Amino acid sequence: MTIREDGQNLRDTGLGEIELDHRLSATWSTPSGLWGALSSVDHKIIGRRYIVTAFVFLALGGLLAMAMRLQLSQPEARFIGPDRYNQIFTMHGTNMMFLFAVPVMEAMAVYLVPLMVGTRNIAFPRLNAFSYWMYLAGGLLLWIAFAVDTGPDIGWFAYVPLSGPQYAAGKRADIWAQMITFTEVSALAVAVEIVVTVFKQRAPGMSLDRIPLFVWSMLVTSFLIILAMPAIMIASSTLILDRLVGTHFFNPAEGGDVLLWQHLFWFFGHPEVYIIFLPAVGMVSTIVATFTRRPVFGYLAMVMALVATGVLAFGLWVHHMFVAGLPRLGESFFTASSMAIAIPAGLQIFCWLATMWAGRPVFRTPFLFVIGFMVIFVIGGMTGVMVASVPFDTQVHDTYFVVAHFHYVLVGGAVFPLLGAIYYWFPKITGRMMSETLGRWVFGLIFTGFNLTFFPMHILGLQGMPRRIYTYQPEMPWSGLNMFVSLSAVILAAGFLLFFIDAIRSSATGATAPANPWGASTLEWATSSPPPPYNFARLPVVGSLEPLSNNPETLPVASGLSVDRRELIVSSVVEALPEARESSPDNSIWPLWSALATTVLLIWSIFTPWAVVWGSIPVSIALIGWFWPKGTPEDDA
Amino acid sequence: MRTARILQLSIIAAVAGCSGNQSALDPQGAPAIHVEHLIIGITVICAAVWLLVMIVLGWALLRKRPSDSSQPGERSLTISVGSAVAATVIIITGLTIASFYTTRGIGLPENAALTITVRGQQWWWQVNYADPDPALSFQTANEIHIPVGQDVRVQLESADVVHSFWVPSLAGKQDLVPGRSNSLLLRAERPGIYRGQCAEFCGLQHTHMAMMVVADKPADYERWIAAQRQNGVMPTDPDAVAGKVAFLSKPCAACHTVRGTPATGTTGPDLTHIGSRKTIAAGLLETTRGSLAAWIADPQTLKPGNNMPMVPLTSVELRDISAYMESLK
Repeated sequence: MTIREDGQNLRDTGLGEIELDHRLSATWSTPSGLWGALSSVDHKIIGRRYIVTAFVFLALGGLLAMAMRLQLSQPEARFIGPDRYNQIFTMHGTNMMFLFAVPVMEAMAVYLVPLMVGTRNIAFPRLNAFSYWMYLAGGLLLWIAFAVDTGPDIGWFAYVPLSGPQYAAGKRADIWAQMITFTEVSALAVAVEIVVTVFKQRAPGMSLDRIPLFVWSMLVTSFLIILAMPAIMIASSTLILDRLVGTHFFNPAEGGDVLLWQHLFWFFGHPEVYIIFLPAVGMVSTIVATFTRRPVFGYLAMVMALVATGVLAFGLWVHHMFVAGLPRLGESFFTASSMAIAIPAGLQIFCWLATMWAGRPVFRTPFLFVIGFMVIFVIGGMTGVMVASVPFDTQVHDTYFVVAHFHYVLVGGAVFPLLGAIYYWFPKITGRMMSETLGRWVFGLIFTGFNLTFFPMHILGLQGMPRRIYTYQPEMPWSGLNMFVSLSAVILAAGFLLFFIDAIRSSATGATAPANPWGASTLEWATSSPPPPYNFARLPVVGSLEPLSNNPETLPVASGLSVDRRELIVSSVVEALPEARESSPDNSIWPLWSALATTVLLIWSIFTPWAVVWGSIPVSIALIGWFWPKGTPEDDA
Repeated sequence: MRTARILQLSIIAAVAGCSGNQSALDPQGAPAIHVEHLIIGITVICAAVWLLVMIVLGWALLRKRPSDSSQPGERSLTISVGSAVAATVIIITGLTIASFYTTRGIGLPENAALTITVRGQQWWWQVNYADPDPALSFQTANEIHIPVGQDVRVQLESADVVHSFWVPSLAGKQDLVPGRSNSLLLRAERPGIYRGQCAEFCGLQHTHMAMMVVADKPADYERWIAAQRQNGVMPTDPDAVAGKVAFLSKPCAACHTVRGTPATGTTGPDLTHIGSRKTIAAGLLETTRGSLAAWIADPQTLKPGNNMPMVPLTSVELRDISAYMESLK
């Protein structure tokens, strides 16, 4: 141990708690004021921003859903015309998938993964800041376009040729495609950060078999993002090329192929479902373990199921194209693979059931959402098995049956666990508890409202009601159920409204939360609520899957890190043996400038391909600023 | 079981509905009947499994726990989870096989004797009855007649964007993909009018892109074919006579064909026998002189964004052209 007189490279080893906190805070905290906020690279600040932004988009998407339900509540209603309606359902799908579901899961990971693996910041923290700004810019692009009546009207799947130069005049389709670019960049950035954080920054001793299940699920999810996103990147880029510079990737008259788009889109689009669902699986496992007072049964099986789901996710995309006229043998293969994914899903359900059976359940709000998840998601899984069958699918594809199915999967399978996760981690993030009483009301309203809204849609679909229609004739036998669905949607909306009220109120006036209010066993609960800027005063050393379960008061810690510059431990991939003291980047405004420059380039390029040439100059300048050497010393091994 | 009960109720409701229903639960042709059996079978099995999982869930959560803190054996849990997974594998395999058998039972459209070509366009269906003798070939729109009890191959093509041909009471759907040719097996077991509509989002008026499949007894079908092969009738009613003159002198003929007249436009639906069709504007309105007049007077209010422009007409011209259209039986 060395403490140098000039104060450089002061290590934490011999410092008392108070001085340690003082010095670490000075090193890691984000300066107050606007400039500080804009240049922060603290994963907790960025994660919180990300989560709040994603929930704002959830609320906006929900308003669009209510507008659609108003229009469909009665036959031949004239509240919304066809042009606006097409924009609304396109916006709803695009917003919920690209601006809410994927980002919110990544946001939770940005906040939680570094805490759960016991490190001080996420890997590539400036990239993390850049990722958030890109996400925000993409969201604003889409919503501002919609506000000025230039919202995309081609469906969230943007099938060619309807989205191509011939049938989608104006800039609506370009805005959709470029919004994809924004969210791709931000999602890929976060995925890379998570992978590196999980592989290289785990607390000493957190070997692969001691990684919390939520972290495993985010690791698998991040690989899915890295492997799936390039397909949609190619798709949206070639669409922009077709539209902007006159290529013919998708024009059959010039040797292009319409189905190429569908393959590229769904090669991304199906894994996308698991990109949303797998993090939720991790949340469920975390909540189940805490509220049954025992570890999740079958840790290895759960991890294997996650990996198997991730691999199988790439072998299912054709089931979105069962009526596109593909060869029958191919269709049969994809029926079998789509059915097969029920097996790892079933395995996870059974492991949770076993955990609940063997444990001692405590029925707090997060756990209620998990129970709701089980009830709803299993129905969604069942209808998933149904649409995996080609003949079955030919009757329900593109009908309200499928609308019901994927809302059961995505809302039941992802939003319920997410809401549970918010109730669960809210005290960690804000330092305050959410209301248990209101929480029960929120759960009751959302659970009831959801089922009453979406279950009848199965029947509507079988009765022949197609998706994406802005009205229907009074002769069709759909009026009664549609009115019922629209009224039920009000209950669902009331539940979400109450949730937002509870969250906003609790963040200001909720009861103060202790470090570990639920008696949980993962590392994020080993530090105060909310955590200090440096996460852990001394980095924990992990000796089991549940480091806090035995002696929460006496967690072993590692020492020797510098306190006057940002340092964290790099550890080995498998056993998490400490390998080096790695410096972690300081706050910087350059990620924001880089994101702004990239935004200008991307939006400008909707109008002229030359934007790519001229727009790259400010991007280069911003990147030079970002990477300008700071004279930080080399890492110590 | 809730699923199954609701399904049953809705089946009853659907069967009780009038003919012309558009429902997968009201199958009137062999392909749709096969699929309906599969739908009911899978639904019942899935509902049973769901119920079982829910019972286990309730039991796991609410069971009385022993007062001492003895933990149940991991071994028994492993066996339970293992057998549940094995049961899942068996059920999934069974359902996959059932699905394959249904596909085989429906058969291939290539073996059908009769072929009708449907060409999807924004936002209507062009229907071609081809014959080796071009004089016997004809074109119609939004209404397909098929003979009862006979396999019919519907060849599906698209003139613009992706559409999807779906008449749920007769068969599952199939996409119409530009640059490709798909086909679908259609069959009706009893005479009736079966409604269908486009199932793939195809733009502004995707909502109003319906069609009728009329299943005729063989004799009726032959009569219909013979009638459709005729040129448009010469009007006799004075309004209709004046209407024909107006029709040919106005821009109408630039887009529409009435065989036997100089009107040979191909952008819009063939109107040679429009008066004989049940509906106009792809299922939007029932064909009457009044609805024809309303449509011609202002197509953009009834079906905003469709490709038929509003042609300025005097009220007399409008009345006469509607009369002419109605006379084209």
